[in-house]
Amino acid sequence: MSVSDLCRDYHLPWLGADGKSKMGDVALGSRIRLARNFSRLPFPNRANMKELAGVQNRAASVFSDVESAVGQEFDVVGIEGLTPLERDVLVEKQLISRNLVKQPQYRSAYIAADRSSSIMVNEEDHLRIQCMAPGLDLARPYAVASKIDDTIESRLDIAFDEKMGYLTSCPTNLGTGLRATVIVHLPGLVYTRNMQSIINISQQLGLSVRGLYGEGSETVGNIFSISNQMTLGFTEEGLIDNLTSAVTEIVEHERRARNALIMYSKDRIEDAVWRAYGILRYARSLGEGETLELISKVRLGIDSGLLTGPRPETFSELLIASRPSFLKNLAGNENLAGTELSHERAAVVRKVLTDTSN
Amino acid sequence: MLCDDCHKNEATIHITQISPEGKIEKNLCEECAARYGDFPQPDAKNFTVNDFLKGIFGKPPKAEPAVEPMSGLVCPNCGMTFEDFAHTGKIGCSVCYDTFREQLTPLLKRIHGASVHSGKIPRRTGGVLVDRREVDILKGRLQDAVKAEEYEKAAEYRDQIRALEKKIAASEKARKEADEHVGQ
Ligand SMILES: [Zn+2]
Ligand SMILES: [Zn+2]
Repeated sequence: MSVSDLCRDYHLPWLGADGKSKMGDVALGSRIRLARNFSRLPFPNRANMKELAGVQNRAASVFSDVESAVGQEFDVVGIEGLTPLERDVLVEKQLISRNLVKQPQYRSAYIAADRSSSIMVNEEDHLRIQCMAPGLDLARPYAVASKIDDTIESRLDIAFDEKMGYLTSCPTNLGTGLRATVIVHLPGLVYTRNMQSIINISQQLGLSVRGLYGEGSETVGNIFSISNQMTLGFTEEGLIDNLTSAVTEIVEHERRARNALIMYSKDRIEDAVWRAYGILRYARSLGEGETLELISKVRLGIDSGLLTGPRPETFSELLIASRPSFLKNLAGNENLAGTELSHERAAVVRKVLTDTSN
Repeated sequence: MLCDDCHKNEATIHITQISPEGKIEKNLCEECAARYGDFPQPDAKNFTVNDFLKGIFGKPPKAEPAVEPMSGLVCPNCGMTFEDFAHTGKIGCSVCYDTFREQLTPLLKRIHGASVHSGKIPRRTGGVLVDRREVDILKGRLQDAVKAEEYEKAAEYRDQIRALEKKIAASEKARKEADEHVGQ
C-alpha cells in the first residue's frame, strides 16, 4: 500500500478489538515498544546529519532479515518526504509518534503490511520497535518485538551495559527499554465518577494512566492508555505480567460499573446509546469532541448488548476517520477548519457507518 | 535509625512504595522523603519527564555554596557534559552512561526504584552476562542433581560451570587490558 493510500485508509486492525478478542469489550488494543540504540553512535538528540544518516543506513542494512524473521513486508516511509498532513495522519493512526515528526530530516519508519508493527528510526532513540495486538494481549506483540530486536542485534552492536541494561537517550527508559501499553475504553468508570481512584491506584502500582484524546487533564471519549512507568530492575515478563494483572482488575471494575449503570438506569442508557447512533448516522455537522463522546456511547451500547446493527470494527474505524488531520488529508485541504471541517467529519462518519464493503 | 537513601541523616519518615515487584518500605530523612513527592503525577497538566528530571537537577541547594563536582567531566565519545544533561534531561550517547555512571546511579534509583538491569541481554554486546546467567542456571541444576544423588549428571554440570567460568575470567581480563589501553 502506498503512503497516500495508507493515509486515506481508516482500517486499523489492532485497535479493532471486539467480543472475540481477550477482554475486547473493554481493552481495545495492546502495544509493546522497545527502545534500542547502536553502540557509541550519538543518540539522535546529539547526532549530526551525517550520523543520523548512518543510523538509517544501519537500519536499512538489516531490514530484509527483519522482514523474513517476522514474515511480513514493511513499507519504508521517509518522514521528510511526507506532507505535514500525512505525517499527522500517521501519528493519529499511532503508527508513528508525534516526536518522530518534530524534526523530519533523516527520520523514517518501517511499517508492516498488516499495520501491527512499526519501527521508528531516529526518534528519541535510534530505534523504537512497536508491535500491537487487539484486546488485552501483551505477550504476542512482545514476542514479535523481541524477535525483531534479536534479528537486528544478531548483525549490529546494540548499546548495552551489564548493570544498566539497554542504554537509552532518556534515563526513564533505561534497562529493558520496554514500554507496554494497553488502550482501554472506560465509559462505566467515567460515568460513575470512579476514574480518579483508578488513576491513583494505578500510580501506586507504578503505572501511568493517560487520556488518549483531549488536552491536558481534560479527556474526551473515555479512552485511556495504561503503561508501565519503570523500566529498570524488572524482567520484561515481570513488567508485562504486572500491567496485565492491573488491566484485568480495571476491566473487572469497568464491567461492574457498566452493569450498575444499566441496572439502575437501563432506559436512560439505552436511549442515550441509540440517540448517539442516530446522531452519528444522520448528522450533517459533527464537532471533534462531540464525535468522540458519541462514538464512546455507541461502543458502550454494542458491548452491553443494548445496541445492534453496526459492525464491531466500526468503532476503531470511526476513531481514525473522525480525526482532524485524517479529514483534512482526505479532503486535500490543510486549511479545512470550523464548520467546513465539521461538515466533512459528518459526511465521512456517515460513509463509515454505511460501509458494507467488509 | 539512619535514612535508607542517604545513610547520613536520622530517618523520621516512613514511606511505602508499591513497585511491580511488590511493596518497598523505606525509612527516610525529611530531605530524601521530599524528593519522593517529586514523582510525576500522570494527570498533571503538561508535565513531562524532562520537567521531572530538571526538577531534580534544576534546584541547586541554596544553603550550600555552589559546588561543581561534575565540572571537567566530559564524555570522550560525544562531548556531553553533566551540565548538558541536567539542562536537557537527555543523555548524549551510550558512552555517557559509563562516563557519568557514578552521578547517574542515584538518579536511576529514584526513577525506577532499582539500578541493576535484570531483563533481556543482547548476545553480541551482553558481554559476560550471558555466560554468567548460564552459570547461575547450571548451578541450580547441579544442586538438584546432587540432591537427587545423580552424581554423573552433577559432574557434567560442574565441568560446564568450570568451562564457562574460565571463559568469563578470560573475557574480563581481555576487557580490563583493553580499558587500560584506552586509558593511556
Ligand atoms: Zn536521607
Ligand atoms: Zn556521550
